[in-house]
Amino acid sequence: MTDVSMESAAPRGTLTTVDARTKKRNAAEKRFRAYGLTAIVIGLFFLVVLAVSIIRSGLPAFTQTVVEVEFTLTQEQFDEAESQLLKTKAYENIFIAALQSQLEQRGLNVAFDAAAIERLLGKTGGTIREYFRANPDRIGTPVSFELAASSRVDGYFKGRVTRDSVVDSRFLMVTDLDLVDALYDAGIIKSAFNWNFITGADTGVDNPGGAGIGVAVIGSFFMMLVVLVLSLPIGVAASIYLEEFAPKNWFTDLIEVNISNLAAVPSIVFGILGLAVFIQFMHLPQSAPLVGGLVLTLMTLPTIIISTRASLKAVPPSIREAALGVGASKMQTVFHHVLPLAAPGILTGTIIGLAQALGETAPLLLIGMVGYIARAYPEGVVSGFIDPNSAMPAQIYTWAARADAGFYEKAWGGIIILLLFLLTMNLIAIILRRRFERRW
Amino acid sequence: MYDAPSTTKEAVVTDVKIQANDVQVYYADNHAIKDVSVAIQDKTVTAFIGPSGCGKSTFLRCLNRMNDTIDICRVHGKIEIDGEDIYDKRVDPVQLRAKVGMVFQKPNPFPKSIYDNIAYGPRIHGMARNKAELDEIVERALRRGAIWDEVKDRLNAPGTGLSGGQQQRLCIARAVATEPEVLLMDEPCSALDPIATAQVEELIDELRQNYAVVIVTHSMQQAARVSQRTAFFHLGHLVEYDDTSKIFTNPEDSRTESYITGRIG
Repeated sequence: MTDVSMESAAPRGTLTTVDARTKKRNAAEKRFRAYGLTAIVIGLFFLVVLAVSIIRSGLPAFTQTVVEVEFTLTQEQFDEAESQLLKTKAYENIFIAALQSQLEQRGLNVAFDAAAIERLLGKTGGTIREYFRANPDRIGTPVSFELAASSRVDGYFKGRVTRDSVVDSRFLMVTDLDLVDALYDAGIIKSAFNWNFITGADTGVDNPGGAGIGVAVIGSFFMMLVVLVLSLPIGVAASIYLEEFAPKNWFTDLIEVNISNLAAVPSIVFGILGLAVFIQFMHLPQSAPLVGGLVLTLMTLPTIIISTRASLKAVPPSIREAALGVGASKMQTVFHHVLPLAAPGILTGTIIGLAQALGETAPLLLIGMVGYIARAYPEGVVSGFIDPNSAMPAQIYTWAARADAGFYEKAWGGIIILLLFLLTMNLIAIILRRRFERRW
Repeated sequence: MYDAPSTTKEAVVTDVKIQANDVQVYYADNHAIKDVSVAIQDKTVTAFIGPSGCGKSTFLRCLNRMNDTIDICRVHGKIEIDGEDIYDKRVDPVQLRAKVGMVFQKPNPFPKSIYDNIAYGPRIHGMARNKAELDEIVERALRRGAIWDEVKDRLNAPGTGLSGGQQQRLCIARAVATEPEVLLMDEPCSALDPIATAQVEELIDELRQNYAVVIVTHSMQQAARVSQRTAFFHLGHLVEYDDTSKIFTNPEDSRTESYITGRIG
């Protein structure tokens, strides 16, 4: 007691000298700033590590080692090959002969056999036959073939496979690398931008070079359409009712609590719900974007409802009073005044909800989208919804689970594409917000 | 003691526009308005004065059923406008509010153009058959709001871009655009500077020609300047209701006298 009164009674120093208390307070503030700065630096560090590792591992997926061979198939060769029992073998022989002659033209003499070509390029005969059967008018004219090199040869160019690490196997022999080097010197083998990765379809487990994410992008697109068309109107209608019209009683309180809880339910729970309800009970097709979209709608709804309610709440009550004061009905007040002001927030919430749904994998595991090999584009809009397909995150998961190192690289590449989509969506959200935000 | 109420604004005895009898208002368990009975006359400015929380704004909001929007608010008793009970089950509050306009404490223009601010009410009530008629209504309302000359060249500019006093006059113009019969004003000048206040007060005096105006104010000078009748509220009771000149010069109740001389409040 005496101490306190002594202290307060102590004579004050001048303003130019900092007293002990102020010093202490300033030090505390400095410390707090340092903590904050440290936290930000740590966060940024991890972000940079993440970005660098994604880009380093994923960028190789966008290039592909190809062998470019130009040759002319005469009508006689075509007829002769088609008349044989092993048709693709015949085409392969024609291809090998063409490759051999091109090497000789450039003055290179490397010995190789059909088996080596198979190890380097896979089954070439089938690809060539398919092409000429589809385009019979190209018979007799020079055609340039770009054939994807096998995963290990691709890896050799990307530094994933080295001469020291190669163990002779049915996939690659050390001697094959001599052929590869020779082809490289001749300019026949080269690295090209892999458009097929962006636009192409998935392949089986044996052909990482030809795998693309394009079909999965379409699958994701149809899923997002379902999510948008269902969750936006339902979510907005529910929020408007709850926020503007519903009486405040125990029942609406219960609904509110449940919506908040739903937002925190793990996504795999929605997946098993979708499996039980949509597939087993309603017999909707498995692996279909429609079912994926329905499941993701359930997941996105709470996000949209919460963000919509928040933006409705943010509209100042004075605007509602003004509208009611001039004799607008409740609904006119909401639709003429409140909703337009809340629209930017609602749009942002919706896009962020969609972005979240776009990257969601767990529920897709359970409805069969993971593991489905999306080999072809859907034929039309309807089949886009109901035919089995994959989705971007499901495709990435499928690739990551495959053994070949080439697929591992594709998985990282797929992540880059997925992140690009997410960044674009978030950017759109920011732009919409900036554009439509009104001040009052 | 204050600016002496001008004798020229002597109350004119006219018809009763609003008759309230034994009005009780509860916010959940809180009894906010107790036994208020008041007869508000047509073509007169009636001021409600009283300390904060005395219920004057609450009572004002009963007159156009604005309290309906508050879930926990209950109103008992009878309020009649032109002899019709406004709390009758058949009365649609939306129709009532077109007849009883309201101006709020804080200027609250819609974040739309000046034109749309005024045109909104007439539009939703179907008062104009075509654009020309609507233009006319907008001009008339803005003239009555004494803001026409300032905004006639920029009707498409946002209403929120005006100054505070202009915004409030815009809100008054918006309220009169729907041709109400009663105009309720809830502390319309509390957010305005003295010049804007003077403009709005002048406007209120003009509006008296056509409407029954009820104004809630914290400023006793303002009540004395603009009103002909004054009601003094205290703790939910209507303490005294009389001609403004009488309230300010010769109040009957001791509480009224204490309040206007600044001893309670």
